[in-house]
Amino acid sequence: MTSDKKTLFQKIWDAHVVTSIEEGPDVLYIDKHLIHEVTSPQAFAGLEKRGIGVFRPQNVLATADHNVPTKDQHLPIAEPLSRFQVDKLTENCKKFGIELYGLGHPFQGIVHVIGPELGVTLPGMTIVCGDSHTSTHGAFGTIAFGIGTSEVEQVMATQCLMQSKPKTMRINIEGELANGVLSKDIILYIISKISMGGATGYFVEYAGSAIRSLSMEARMTICNMSIEMGARGGLIAPDDITFDYIKGREFAPKGDKFDEAVAYWRTLFTDEGATFDVEYTYDAADITPMITYGTNPGMGIKITEHIPTVADLKEESGKASFEKSLAYMGFNAGDTLIDKPVNYVFIGSCTNSRIEDLRLVADFVKGKHKAPNVNAMIVPGSKQVENQAKAEGLDVILKEAGFELREPGCSACLGMNEDKVPKGEYCVSTSNRNFEGRQGPGARTMLVSPLTAAATAITGKITDVRELLNA
Amino acid sequence: MEKFVKITSTAVPLPIEDIDTDQIIPARFLKATTRDGFGDNLFRDWRYDNQNNPKPDFILNNPNFSGQILVAGKNFGCGSSREHAAWAIADYGFKVVISSFFADIFKGNALNNGLLPVQVSESFLATVFEHIFADKNTQLEVDLEAQTVTIVGTNISEKFEINQYKKTCLINGYDDIDYLLNLREKIEAYEKTSKYLSLVSQDQEVEA
Repeated sequence: MTSDKKTLFQKIWDAHVVTSIEEGPDVLYIDKHLIHEVTSPQAFAGLEKRGIGVFRPQNVLATADHNVPTKDQHLPIAEPLSRFQVDKLTENCKKFGIELYGLGHPFQGIVHVIGPELGVTLPGMTIVCGDSHTSTHGAFGTIAFGIGTSEVEQVMATQCLMQSKPKTMRINIEGELANGVLSKDIILYIISKISMGGATGYFVEYAGSAIRSLSMEARMTICNMSIEMGARGGLIAPDDITFDYIKGREFAPKGDKFDEAVAYWRTLFTDEGATFDVEYTYDAADITPMITYGTNPGMGIKITEHIPTVADLKEESGKASFEKSLAYMGFNAGDTLIDKPVNYVFIGSCTNSRIEDLRLVADFVKGKHKAPNVNAMIVPGSKQVENQAKAEGLDVILKEAGFELREPGCSACLGMNEDKVPKGEYCVSTSNRNFEGRQGPGARTMLVSPLTAAATAITGKITDVRELLNA
Repeated sequence: MEKFVKITSTAVPLPIEDIDTDQIIPARFLKATTRDGFGDNLFRDWRYDNQNNPKPDFILNNPNFSGQILVAGKNFGCGSSREHAAWAIADYGFKVVISSFFADIFKGNALNNGLLPVQVSESFLATVFEHIFADKNTQLEVDLEAQTVTIVGTNISEKFEINQYKKTCLINGYDDIDYLLNLREKIEAYEKTSKYLSLVSQDQEVEA
């Protein structure tokens, strides 16, 4: 790029390049490295094999989230392999001098929930984690993305990462969202337009009046799912909403440092006239409550639409995968999903488990009761979210509505810990992936917003939440 | 890391698009703390039923197809960043995955484990599938030095792209960490200029 006009992404990237390798990647400095129990043990073992330590242990933060139970966390983990893996994290953090918010710690929680709520995530940073939903932190105007375990080891060893600079994409959402439409619907809508692999090789900036009007937590939901269209990450320029959110948080800069920080953060925006490799603009008024019908997050429709048919497919080569997907889900092309009975509702995950999500759900279900066929589980993203919910009395409202409020963790999002959806059952879920078996072998996942999930739990069948809101 | 220069092998065809890493290795098998043994659970839920019996219609259970090359539909390796997916494919015995499109994180993970992701055109991929299904003994030659993939015994061949730095690493068996460890002075010099580190310096002292 010859122009001196830079995108937000370029500004942050350029400020972190330690050196560049000719015909190769850049060496990027990583400000904060988040780790968890599942993708770190082999990296620690690698360091030991090389006989080296963690280069900047103070720039690494650990928590246990993927492989933890969400019930009785005060007891030892029952499943031996899970317990061993979580213990291994504790042992490694102790050995290498890394701060750990493990089970029982008041800051424990899903890695992408605790970073922001603790004020660890700040604008202009580079953040990586061995988890593809690291893009969540992009909501603050950070370059944040998921890495593999070899790269986790690389960052531990050097606080740097070799990365080729991705292409840039901007997605603008202009206008006002209708009642009952949440930021989860925005991102499901975007992915349905761009497709599961459509943003591979790109870093996305989300912009436009509809994005600007969102709260930080709603912005996190959008950035969180950038990977579901293949993008390595997504980010949003920081503004007063961002600065107000950060102010006063545990590890955020304080006093003069905060003012100095804000002055710097105000320089983090895409310059007028800077160009993107690709740009899309959508009208917020066209977005309705969304739902997925297939086995990847790109297979989404407006909740009142019909499942597409093979004739609707853009490419002939996708036919076999499309048919395999519908067969797995037990749906027919052309079906409508409205009124399909659902026995499982999961509200949680790094996409939708923050306090605003819990408040929205509690507010909606207050005075109502879940349908008798439904198993409704709501899992807070962190201990702080759980405690806040209890302080606000949300736990009582949820209990009276027949929802089970659990303890924090990734829970039924990924079918790794003990929270799973049984084979063949449908689950309406606020998580981020509807892959085959994602929530347990044979489980059938439909991705939705927290409001659509709550409405479905109340009626026991897939429901357009707008009908209940207007009633 | 093991060196990769050139291989000639039969291939296993898997013409499904958007194969995500949850299919390659489901999360419930990610509890191990070493890199070994993931090949046993490669494509677990496509390969075995819930009684652990092999599903006869899945390609890895079809005795007609074997080899060190996996040929898959486009957007291979999407979804979760789990490097266990690359470990599982390599542990099973594959050295190369050929597809018309790869997800970013998977591609990086594969390269870091000496597993070569070869991206070819849609039409070339279709031709490769046709040849393998017509003759299970079809051999493919993947030459990293020349950056070509060829259907052996024909003149059908295609060039593929690879980052030159990564190519050098694979051919010589180098890994990124060896390279980065030699940059320590540059990294420490960078830290002195870091805006972020200056903003949080009241909470954490950067070592001189």
